[in-house]
Amino acid sequence: MRDTRAYKPISRRIRFWLSIIVILAIYYWAFQGMHFEGVQSTTKTVMLSIINGFLHPDWSYVYIPDGEDLLRGLLDTLIISILGTFVSAILCIPFAFWASTNMSRRLTVSGSGKILLSVIRVFPEIIVAILFIKAVGPGAFAGVLALGIHSIGMLAKLYSETIESIDRGPQEALLACGANRLQVLRYAVIPQVIPQFLSYSLYRFEINIRSATTLGLVGAGGIGTPLIFALQVRNWSRVGVILLGVVILITLTDIISGKLRKRII
Amino acid sequence: MKPAVPGSGRKSPPDIQLIRGRYKRIATWLLIIVVFILCSIHIHATPYKLMTGLPQMGSLLQEMIPPDWSYIPTIWQPIMETIQIAIVGTTLGGILAIPVALLCAYNMMPNKWVSIPMRVILNLVRTIPDLLFASIFVAMFGIGPFAGMLALLFFSFGIIAKLTFESIEAIDPGPLEAMTAVGANRLQVIMFGVVPQAFPYFVSYFLYTFEVNIRAASVLGLVGAGGIGILLDRSLGLFRYDRASMIILITLVIVLAIDYGSTRIRRSLL
Repeated sequence: MRDTRAYKPISRRIRFWLSIIVILAIYYWAFQGMHFEGVQSTTKTVMLSIINGFLHPDWSYVYIPDGEDLLRGLLDTLIISILGTFVSAILCIPFAFWASTNMSRRLTVSGSGKILLSVIRVFPEIIVAILFIKAVGPGAFAGVLALGIHSIGMLAKLYSETIESIDRGPQEALLACGANRLQVLRYAVIPQVIPQFLSYSLYRFEINIRSATTLGLVGAGGIGTPLIFALQVRNWSRVGVILLGVVILITLTDIISGKLRKRII
Repeated sequence: MKPAVPGSGRKSPPDIQLIRGRYKRIATWLLIIVVFILCSIHIHATPYKLMTGLPQMGSLLQEMIPPDWSYIPTIWQPIMETIQIAIVGTTLGGILAIPVALLCAYNMMPNKWVSIPMRVILNLVRTIPDLLFASIFVAMFGIGPFAGMLALLFFSFGIIAKLTFESIEAIDPGPLEAMTAVGANRLQVIMFGVVPQAFPYFVSYFLYTFEVNIRAASVLGLVGAGGIGILLDRSLGLFRYDRASMIILITLVIVLAIDYGSTRIRRSLL
């Protein structure tokens, strides 16, 4: 490949340099907007207190017998993501069948389903969470609903791809012996897709637990709420212990869910 | 469920295995349902709450339509800032990811004492979501796009380094061996053996991360880290849902446009 470079036609070389110039212009513009000089002059002392706080995490916050503590916050986060995954894993099944091309005869049906799913996907979950907070009030329930609705976009897409890749044989055999549509679904489609569905749901659960830690920043329950309070009063040792808890929780759930996924498939 | 293999059922006949499998399945589903109910009780989630909440949600959506079109000139500047944050954050994160990816890959760094700690650090960085990074950097450096840029820097560093070191490990070792055989040093091997093979993947992951970051940057403002999110937060706080829906709409358009462009570039690369 490399030695043919010298013989590149001039038009391609012009295109190459043009794209370089465009990229440089974009970078010039982008770095202009960053206001590096706007960084606070007190950064050094702030940094020192942060490092000091992180080195001495507030261990007393881990467990407080009566009240809000780290373990309860993490448990809330875990529960929000479990429930959110449940809700979306069930809600997305009809969407998945709607969006898969081999379940409906007309392409417009599955096409409209796919478009709807990608619209759901581009909505950030934090915005969905804010909308649900306005509806059901702040708290973990809003977080569950936000994760449940937002995850439909991705899960239903993955589910529908699974449905599209199933073996048609059992389906045709059942149709040939006179099974109706519901029976075909129950005995030919569902058994083929369930393991994949479970595996994708677990994968989404891993994503959801990351989101659940941030939902509290806008008031939708979980560990984010005490974190944002601790950040507002610059209580760095508490921030340190919360971050440590988040890292441990996410690492553990990643390992467990990865093991489960390997066993399922 | 595994079908009973004939001959394997010497200890227990196949029908008993089948029944045992069925009990196991029922037990699993029961366990799932019990966990579901316990979790719902813990966070006080009831269908009643949902029923009373839904009409409120409906009225909220009603207020969002029609969007406030006159708001477009105001949100133009923050939208541009959002894109700038994403570009700078992704770029610096990507640059930082290159040496780390080289140190993580086993075929580049045979010394396990370096590569394994590097991988552990990388995994730890990837556990922290972008908004957590952003809220911490806002507390450190004050409200503004700089904090958001730093958050995206760390966030994209984790993703790009992980994906890149995996593709470095998958490259063809032939050219590297040939170069080592004719006496190239480490830097030359990397420059002429690794980079040409891994570069298209790197650019593709870079663009993919950029797509993710555009989405992330649009909500970073909710914690004060610059971009369009600050205006969104403000208009939601003032109950100006028509403005909020305008912001969401414009963000969607920008995200879709960038997704489209980036996907096209990625397809022509690989």
